[in-house]
Amino acid sequence: MSPAILAEGLVKKYGDVVALDGVDLAVPEGTVFALLGPNGAGKTTTVRILTTLLRPDAGRATVAGFDVVAEADRLRARIGASGQYAAVDDHLTGAENLEMVGRLYHLGVRRSKQRARELLERFDLTEAADRPVRGYSGGMRRRLDLAGALVADPPVLFLDEPTTGLDPRARASLWDVVAELVAGGTTVLLTTQYLEEADRLAQTIAVVDHGRVIALGTADELKGQVGGDRVELTLSRPEDVDVARRALAPVAAGETRADAATLRLTIPVSTGTAALTSALGLLAAERVAVRDAVLRRPTLDEVFLTLTGHQAGEPAKSAKSKEYSR
Amino acid sequence: MTALQTALADGVTITKRNILKIRRAPDLLGGAITFPIVFVLLFAYVFGSMIELPGMSYREYMLPGIFVQTIVMSAQITGYTLTLDLQKGIFDRFRTLPMAPSAVLIGQTLGDVLMNVASLVSMALVGLVVGWRIHSAPHEAVLGFLVLLLFAYAFSWVTATVALSLRTPEVFNNIATIVSMPLVFLSNAFVDSTRLPGPLQVAAEWNPVSAVIQAIRELFGNTSAAMPVPDAWPLRHPVTATLLWSALLLIVFVPLATRLYKRAVSR
Repeated sequence: MSPAILAEGLVKKYGDVVALDGVDLAVPEGTVFALLGPNGAGKTTTVRILTTLLRPDAGRATVAGFDVVAEADRLRARIGASGQYAAVDDHLTGAENLEMVGRLYHLGVRRSKQRARELLERFDLTEAADRPVRGYSGGMRRRLDLAGALVADPPVLFLDEPTTGLDPRARASLWDVVAELVAGGTTVLLTTQYLEEADRLAQTIAVVDHGRVIALGTADELKGQVGGDRVELTLSRPEDVDVARRALAPVAAGETRADAATLRLTIPVSTGTAALTSALGLLAAERVAVRDAVLRRPTLDEVFLTLTGHQAGEPAKSAKSKEYSR
Repeated sequence: MTALQTALADGVTITKRNILKIRRAPDLLGGAITFPIVFVLLFAYVFGSMIELPGMSYREYMLPGIFVQTIVMSAQITGYTLTLDLQKGIFDRFRTLPMAPSAVLIGQTLGDVLMNVASLVSMALVGLVVGWRIHSAPHEAVLGFLVLLLFAYAFSWVTATVALSLRTPEVFNNIATIVSMPLVFLSNAFVDSTRLPGPLQVAAEWNPVSAVIQAIRELFGNTSAAMPVPDAWPLRHPVTATLLWSALLLIVFVPLATRLYKRAVSR
């Protein structure tokens, strides 16, 4: 079966600034694919090309089998897109917004109205359905925007930072919606800066930096790239930090990181639980008091740091200027 | 559905959206009704008390000028609304939908025709109160209003084009004001163009706004035999000139604005 989304060598330049520098993607039908990266990495540009808002300078892409440039019209009938900020009309009510989108997908009057009501209910907006969107909270607007993307029940869905600015409850309910859609066969491409989100939702994660995919795989595969597990210890006394660090040298498989403020030591290890046991033994011998000890897989933050040399949260330096150039 | 049917259906959908917006935003409609009233009263009582014209009252002379000034100014609403929609990302949503790309601009400009109708009605009523009268046959008067609305419609495609190339509401407002002021005042709207110094007179008489004003002055019968019509061709044949100007603006700016819209993304 051909992939629902396929991109080959996408390049997009704004003047001298290269926003996309040859992006390749292949998203199998019925899966969630996450583009993970800092601001300015090229995530939104990629989504804009795939949703026909921008034309690539080079490369080609198909969505649901249609070329993003040559068959843009037919492609648009098969996708739904929800952007970084809610693209909803302030003066219209929630119901009117969704009915308008339905009409523009050419669903017809009755079907548009019916679909609007279904989606308002699904996104817990029934009570606010007939109020102008101007009075909605930020979270309500985002939900309405997402509902707009689902009006035509599209087989391929693009969500550009869908949970940025949502409270934890709203975020969790959005994750449920995505899981439900994928269970029903929808293909979802989402962008996120939240590693937890990509880990939680996506089968495949592409780490994007400076307009290039720098790593691709499942969350577990990416974690594998940064080596084994981590032993994480929280100490009781600040004066123990240096002692503990020296004492743990025999079990560390890499560089131990110590956070003086939280008294937390992170030690890469290669022998799993055995390493945890010996670490605790070594510290007991030095009479270091340990408040908390865990063995865990590396986080995607650590993956990102290893792959790019900077944290996911901080924008890549050269990409920063691009944001202001348009 | 054929492409044309799609375009029409989508145009109707977007026009409905814009009418709803006008109904829900009383500030917009309120502005479109009250600003022209303020202008009519100011010009009627301030300039009207000072300026004497041969054979007719200044109030009758200037009211067609204010009609046209108002439609030129209110065409800016078209552009301003478009820049707001562009900024809020609403165009991003529209452009990912399988809709006709021309529909958004057609819907916007048609919605603004309704705003113009409201403005013209309020101005005409206040005009009647301050002493403006229609001296022509009813069909000529109706034609006068239609000519005005046609030019207003064509002109709102100009502001749409400017708005989509400037992109931000603030920049658009500044540029639109700088351009529209000379367009209105360097014309025969409030002064007799034949008394302007040489180059200004030529500019005023070939200004499309002057042709529109002359056209509706004639169609409303707000002219005086004692005030000769200048020799410039557009003012000798003002209705034809207005129709030609409107057609030219539409031919040039409808495709231009549509092309800009197709490439417009919020950031």
